[in-house]
Amino acid sequence: MANVKRSPWLLHYDGSSCNGCDIEVLASLTPVYDAERFGVMNTGDPMQADIFLITGGVNTQNKDTVKQLYDQMPRPKVVVAVGVCACTGGIFKDCYNILGGADTVIPVDIYVPGCAARPQAIIDGIVQAVELFEQRSKEHDEMVRNQKKGSEVA
Amino acid sequence: MNMILRVVLYIVLAPIIGGLLEGIDRKISARMQRRVGPPILQPFYDVKKLFKKQVIIVSRSQTFGLIPYFFLMVLTGAMFFAGMDILMCFFVMSTAATALYFAAMVTSSPYATIGANRELIQMMAYEPAVLLTCVGFYLAEGTFNVSEIAASDRTDILFMPGFFVAFVFILTIKMRKSPFDTSTSHHMHQELVKGLTTEMGARNLAIFQVTEWYENVFLMGVVGLYLVNSNPMSIIWAIICIMAVYFLEILIDNTSARMKWQDMMKITWIFTLFTAGVNLLVLMLVK
Amino acid sequence: MTVIPFLILFPFIVAVLMYCIRVNKVRNAIAYISAVILMGGVLWLTAQWLMQGAQVITLTYPTELADHAILAAEIVLMCVVTFLCFKYKKYWISILSIVPTLMMVYVELYGPKVEGMTKIYIDHLSILMCLIVGIIGGLIVIYAVGYMHGYHHHHTGIPDRRYYFFMLLFLFLGAMFGFVLSESLLWIDFFWELTSVCSFLLIGYTKETAAITNSFRALWMNLFGGTILAIGIFYYAFTDGNLALHHLIKEGVLHNAYAVIPIAFIAFAALTKAAQLPFATWLIGAMVAPTPSSALLHSATMVKAGIYVLFRLAPAMKGTSTGTMIAFIGGFTFFVTSVMAIAQSDGKKVLAFSTISNLGLMVACAGMGRPETIWAGVFLMIFHAISKSLLFQDVGATENCLHSRDVEDMHGLLYILPRLAMFMFIGIAGMFLAPFGMLIAKWSAFKASVDSGNIIMVFFIAFGSATTSFYWTKWMGKLVSHTHLTEAKIKDITKKNELISLGIHAFMMVALCALFPILSRIYVDPLLNEMYGHTGQVLPEGLLYLLVVIILIVFLVPFFAYHYSRKQQYNRKLSYMNGVNVGDNKKFVDSFGEEKNLWLSNYYFYKLIGQRKLMVPAQVFSVAALIIMMIIVIGGGAV
Repeated sequence: MANVKRSPWLLHYDGSSCNGCDIEVLASLTPVYDAERFGVMNTGDPMQADIFLITGGVNTQNKDTVKQLYDQMPRPKVVVAVGVCACTGGIFKDCYNILGGADTVIPVDIYVPGCAARPQAIIDGIVQAVELFEQRSKEHDEMVRNQKKGSEVA
Repeated sequence: MNMILRVVLYIVLAPIIGGLLEGIDRKISARMQRRVGPPILQPFYDVKKLFKKQVIIVSRSQTFGLIPYFFLMVLTGAMFFAGMDILMCFFVMSTAATALYFAAMVTSSPYATIGANRELIQMMAYEPAVLLTCVGFYLAEGTFNVSEIAASDRTDILFMPGFFVAFVFILTIKMRKSPFDTSTSHHMHQELVKGLTTEMGARNLAIFQVTEWYENVFLMGVVGLYLVNSNPMSIIWAIICIMAVYFLEILIDNTSARMKWQDMMKITWIFTLFTAGVNLLVLMLVK
Repeated sequence: MTVIPFLILFPFIVAVLMYCIRVNKVRNAIAYISAVILMGGVLWLTAQWLMQGAQVITLTYPTELADHAILAAEIVLMCVVTFLCFKYKKYWISILSIVPTLMMVYVELYGPKVEGMTKIYIDHLSILMCLIVGIIGGLIVIYAVGYMHGYHHHHTGIPDRRYYFFMLLFLFLGAMFGFVLSESLLWIDFFWELTSVCSFLLIGYTKETAAITNSFRALWMNLFGGTILAIGIFYYAFTDGNLALHHLIKEGVLHNAYAVIPIAFIAFAALTKAAQLPFATWLIGAMVAPTPSSALLHSATMVKAGIYVLFRLAPAMKGTSTGTMIAFIGGFTFFVTSVMAIAQSDGKKVLAFSTISNLGLMVACAGMGRPETIWAGVFLMIFHAISKSLLFQDVGATENCLHSRDVEDMHGLLYILPRLAMFMFIGIAGMFLAPFGMLIAKWSAFKASVDSGNIIMVFFIAFGSATTSFYWTKWMGKLVSHTHLTEAKIKDITKKNELISLGIHAFMMVALCALFPILSRIYVDPLLNEMYGHTGQVLPEGLLYLLVVIILIVFLVPFFAYHYSRKQQYNRKLSYMNGVNVGDNKKFVDSFGEEKNLWLSNYYFYKLIGQRKLMVPAQVFSVAALIIMMIIVIGGGAV
């Protein structure tokens, strides 16, 4: 029953990617790779998502958007940067409008390199993210329990 | 006694059955797409996860819409399995749907509002068929009472095939299946994000999900009612029929593209008018 | 039973007073007092009647004098109408007033003289009507005092003729009392014409172009109905030699050939009064009048007069071709106008269409004429009267605060004007949601139409109730949405007397919902007994469970939800707008990088099912249907 806690729902955001990584992300949901067997769903709604999957670098225009989307996700949450642009800014790094990788605005947990990142790598990243997610869920549960205790004491 | 037992069984088992049905649905869908698909228990994992996440809300009032939605839907099913008036069941169900509509509207978010409005259109589309189904039962059995309908000697589907077809047709809308999945977009139809449920995260979404399971079990119960008669063997037939209908819905879901709501509205009403209407005409004239 | 002449005459006296007193404060005080006296009078009448065992009471006055007075008044009325028609150059309308009046005069002078004829007839139905007219009408008068003050404050262009307005209100109430209590058809005809003329004058109160056009439309349609009524009475008087309404009904129940044609004509006339389809436009046009008069027209008086007549005739229409005609027109109106209501965004227009639509259902109930349908119809009437009156007053009060009555502008009303929004919520919920009586009445009508094998009605109700809940739900959704206006400060300037009236209405609404089964047993069942000699078992068995639902929804669930959510820790998040919200949920960054206000709107489908698109075809169709069916009825009656 390794699957018990596995229900990672993705929010996929395209920063300023060339769409290469996006195609690969979608490809990993197709029958060939079938990420859904791990319970992965692509929701497109931050309120319902657990894993924030970001492709492409962050630029001056979308930095607020990325932050806001990250804020809208309920804890526990994991951020995965897919592709080299999302990791570091990639080949656009020195462009006038690019701030750098996703970690310039939000904390990134898992880096999936590649240009474009391959589906296998993406799925591997997601699986690692799921593990991290489980760990954070436990921490979160712990925290909620402590909070409850705290409020009872108070 | 029997009645209370049935109600308790419904309240306890419906989420389990509903969740399993959804798991099977996802599995079969995956197989239809030549994928492995998630485990059958996946919906339970999802709901468990949702309950454990941090509680987030856009508007506090949303809970005030969702909780009545949940209770009214449970009540609908409970009334049905307790064997009460079927028309009343559907009235309570439409009140539940109204509560859901409020839950989506209170946030005043663009996607949720569009989804909610489309939900309303869906309600308008399926309501005539639902009411006419009740009339069909009444004409076939002379009563609206579910327990009397179930206990009679007749197999209703023989008298009301038209109503049955119409009901299965609107079931596609009620179960939010593909050609008519205009309000929530279960699959990745990103123009609506998640439609009605866009602003529901964590626990709120879990409540919504569980309520959907209750609703699906209730609807499947209505499908079963077409076959159930005084003969206990008929229950097996009913279960087979429910499975067939459920499979059919999955098949439709996976083989059709979404429709515009205008077309949904037109097609549903015309279809209802023809199938249920002709059936009604025949039943009334025979009477 | 001196209270009866008092009830009829007192409003007329007050009306004269209203016209004479030009000091606002004095007049307002008198209006309050008279409204309270009227309500008291109605309650007194009810109490007296209940003490006497709630039996049918008929009163015979030596009414030579009253007859002559009414005759004189009728002629005066004709002169007024003729004068106004000539003043505004609508010459042909005067014919519709002159002809029936002359016919009535002829019947009065040369018609059958029935010795010792009953003039006043009191039974459950007329007491019920009196209660509706008296209490809701009285409350509307109380509301009107405050409302008209604000109205003239805002609409400075309109000459302040409040003395005239209140005169008309009281005149109207008096006419309604006379109408529902009279037994003599001549009296009924007079009061009928009086309500028509009152509504005409009320609609034209502002004297704006639209008001005048609409008021004349209301006038000719109602006078046309009056003419038909007069023809019916004329025919009846000279074939049967009687002028008593109940005599006519008795003959109708026995399928007496004399009765068929008068009943068909009177029922036809009632269709105009109840604003059924070919004649529906007058009620929609009546929206131009100040709100109290629309509330009065829609809920307590006028349209209910048409329904009252049809309920009276219902036993005689059961299973006849007249009944079929009435039921068809009613059902058709119910469906088509509820579709048209979807396309309206003006609050009062939605209310107008929904009134017509609900009246259609009541008319259809009367047309089917079975005890179950009348049971449903009576409840529809009670609930409709209260919740429509509530809604109209509330929309009026909201308009005074918001300066708009558009449903779209009521977005987030619950946060802007919480009191008014709550009242509106109750009123709308009363119109269609599960715990309230309207829905149960609809249930009953639905079941009865299946029982009577009326397939077309089954379809009308099945499809019509879907469209009905659509337009109500979307309005309610607007009220609860989070507001998008932040800058504009809106103050609740609703006057105290308006709130009192609204509060009483809301209370009655909720109380009646809870007392529903009791009301059915102690009042409506005897009413049916009186009409049919028996009652059908109509109270749906699921009702008790619905009452559980009420308790669940109204008390327990919000209570628990509140407690639950108070303890729960939660994080407020921005609503999802693709991550481009600016600060809150009301602004976003558009594609030019500029801030923009969010503006959400409901679906209306103007182009698909608007009034312009559907009204004319519906009218043509219903006129054709009416003509064909009238020919069938008259042909059948003549044979």
